Amino acid sequence: MTVAPSKPTRITNRIRVLRFGHDEMTQAQLAERIGVTRQTIIAIEQGRYSPSLEVAFQIAHVFGVPLDEVFQYPGVSTGSEEGQRR
Amino acid sequence: MSYEEKGVWAYLISSAGAYIAYLAIVVPRLLHTPVSQVSYRVPLLLTTIASVIIATVVRSVLEVARPSDSKKADVRDRDIARFGEHASRWCVVGGAIAGFIGAFDHWDYFWIGNVIYLGFVLWAVVGSVLRLVAYRRGL
Repeated sequence: MTVAPSKPTRITNRIRVLRFGHDEMTQAQLAERIGVTRQTIIAIEQGRYSPSLEVAFQIAHVFGVPLDEVFQYPGVSTGSEEGQRR
Repeated sequence: MSYEEKGVWAYLISSAGAYIAYLAIVVPRLLHTPVSQVSYRVPLLLTTIASVIIATVVRSVLEVARPSDSKKADVRDRDIARFGEHASRWCVVGGAIAGFIGAFDHWDYFWIGNVIYLGFVLWAVVGSVLRLVAYRRGL
């Protein structure tokens, strides 16, 4: 399940799902782990802010998954999907 | 609301409030006194200083009413601040250009000082509004 994108970014993400899958990690806990405010995590989850590449990698590292399992860009097949097809 | 967003609200309220107070003092004088004799320097300096004090007080009040999780600006705060500065800088440029035109055209010092001051006020207000929109609607 992905969060429906809203303006201004087309990037979608699964942060909410991943948080729930990691012992129901709160937004505040995730924010503390990557050194941003809780409001920034909320904005990223809701598609109101596209994080920098560095923050995106930090989020993926917290969940221990590749970047494209956290963030998706519509209309572009991900690296993992390509690998699975091969 | 993050600590930085509260700061933007405080800055907006203090900048707009101080300029309204300035106009409330100076405009009545302008109606009854020749422009060259209108005393505007003291109100301009005092309202500018007052706006800094009001911004600090408003931010403190907001913080007491709704304490923030963190007082450190993060990457999103910095991106939004950059966006606001970039998008509103034309106000300062416009004020400076108007000041130059006034000087070349021999305007009274009152008008030159006031168009430059207006440029700074617009820069503060427009920049703050754009930052608040970015906080609420996204960047």
